[in-house]
Amino acid sequence: MTYNSSKILLTKNKSLKDYIKENFGIIILRMLTWIVVLIFLFIIVIIFYNGSDVITWRFLLNPPSGDPQKDGIGIAIIGTLAVSFLMILLAVPIGILSAIYIVEYAENDRLKKIIRISINNLAGVPSIVFGLFGLGFFVLVVGKNIDTALSTGLLFGKPSLLWASATLAILVLPTIIVSTMESLERIPAEQRNAAYGLGASKWQVIRKIVFPQARPGILTGVILAISRGAGEAAPVLFLGCAFFLPHLPLTYLNVGFFSIPIINPAEQFMFLAYNVFNLATQSPNPEITLPYQYGTVLILISLVLIFNITAVIFRYKFRKILDEVTTF
Amino acid sequence: MNKNINSPYNKKISVKSVLLEKAVKYFFMLNGYVTLFLILLIFIFLLNEAMHGLNTITLGEFFFHKHQSAVSSSYVYQWYPTSSEPRYSLVPLIIGSLLTAIPATIISSVFGIAIGIYLSEIANPKLREILKPFIELFSSIPTVVLGFLLLTIGITIIGDIFHPASRLNAFLASIGLSLIIIPTITTLTEDALRSIPNDIRLAAYSLGANKWQTITKIILPAAINGASASIILGLGRAIGETMIVLMATGNAGEITINIFKSVRTMTATIAAEMGEVSQSSPHYYALFFIGFSLFVITFILNLIADLIISKMKLHLKKYDI
Repeated sequence: MTYNSSKILLTKNKSLKDYIKENFGIIILRMLTWIVVLIFLFIIVIIFYNGSDVITWRFLLNPPSGDPQKDGIGIAIIGTLAVSFLMILLAVPIGILSAIYIVEYAENDRLKKIIRISINNLAGVPSIVFGLFGLGFFVLVVGKNIDTALSTGLLFGKPSLLWASATLAILVLPTIIVSTMESLERIPAEQRNAAYGLGASKWQVIRKIVFPQARPGILTGVILAISRGAGEAAPVLFLGCAFFLPHLPLTYLNVGFFSIPIINPAEQFMFLAYNVFNLATQSPNPEITLPYQYGTVLILISLVLIFNITAVIFRYKFRKILDEVTTF
Repeated sequence: MNKNINSPYNKKISVKSVLLEKAVKYFFMLNGYVTLFLILLIFIFLLNEAMHGLNTITLGEFFFHKHQSAVSSSYVYQWYPTSSEPRYSLVPLIIGSLLTAIPATIISSVFGIAIGIYLSEIANPKLREILKPFIELFSSIPTVVLGFLLLTIGITIIGDIFHPASRLNAFLASIGLSLIIIPTITTLTEDALRSIPNDIRLAAYSLGANKWQTITKIILPAAINGASASIILGLGRAIGETMIVLMATGNAGEITINIFKSVRTMTATIAAEMGEVSQSSPHYYALFFIGFSLFVITFILNLIADLIISKMKLHLKKYDI
């Protein structure tokens, strides 16, 4: 409901000064809004305009070669997807399970409050601090100790895809937990009580009533987490990002007769966001590489925006369904 | 053998299902505690490394000692950890962080609150449904992309208008920072304004107030807590942001209060130096000390914002009749 009724009220309000003030104020607010919207539109348009020229299959698939004319970002795209995949694999189970614990099981209100506050704060910690933690703890403490324990030489005790994913997993953990908690809390108490009344146990209620309905909301959080992780450059700066990697770091997983090639998580990797940073700051001749930089930015931003728009649509649908359920 | 036990309601429940319930509960509990443990681990690990830094470098060196400048005979605060006589003053870094974060917060508060008011009170619902997700979408744009645009486009625009003392400067970075904070402030302000019950607006209109008077005299004062919380959160984000300042400030470790000069922020220092530093050196611990300080600063800012928002919610409950 809006209050355009103020126009009617204005006729009662005789003061010209108030009338001018009102119109002037509203015009300024409208102007400030449109300035920002136009800047944002300008940013998107300029990236698409400048970047779309260089997008070819060759650019998308080729490995980097040093020659900008033949360069591609294929390895960076695969690296970004691999890191995001491993990150989700690490963060999603623990995130969803602990959110279920906090919402459904935790009875101690004080503990609940502490967990809530610390998760909120974890969400506000600068991403570079996570990078610092990742290098200091995962690489230099955990990795080095695994190496000494298993005497594997220098396998885990160096910056690698695995540790970068683990660090990003901690970074996106609050996103997943908070969105899961929100969607669990949206499931109306009547439904739980009805299920309890029919003799369902707590686990049955969670498994059959709460979780299926909360699933789209949880999925929204997971998708948002992917888009956040894929775009973060700061935490992976010193966690094994390579500027130049001519081949994919493959290793072979032997399953019976087959040997399946997978990306070696103990190796360095290429990351789109890091690539953008490197090209923008350290490119030897910016004039030639600029279109390719725009191309890389375009791919990165499309990746992030596609995930985000999907998440927004999911959330919209989720809320709509729940509104239908809750209004009897 | 009796496989069933009696529940308090005289219903038979199989032992298996009771055990399953227990097992599931403890499994979830385990995960909850793992999360809590992870958060504590981050805090304790950073604290531990930061304390090492304090022991090797001392608080005095971090904050109070001045060193003789290389170019003039005056004594200045310097961050120069790789010189033969390393200098670890955090003062230029803190000033650098503030010099980028505060202008960014001011710019984005003006825009963010204006957009919040516009979307909540003035724009028609259809326009809001389009504009709000669009602006929120912008908070998800990778900051490295904004850094890139500042380097390619922003630098010439700012250079043409202001003719700054150095091409890469604090002001350029704060423009980039404000673009990522505006969505944060907008969203929170809009939420705060929308949480004010409609009855209050109607009451104001019925007393003869026009729209502008209602906004400035009734709605905004009622939502001022939400707006200020959003500004605090924005400041926290601006201080913690890395890629934009790393790319756009120029990273000069000199102390300055000129916004058009190159500065070096706390986050950019970690990002630029952590890759090359050797483990357990004083420099390594100094970077951890910076990281821990950032952790604490953002923690405090978040906590304040949290408290303000919960206080506002409590306050708004009073209106609910």
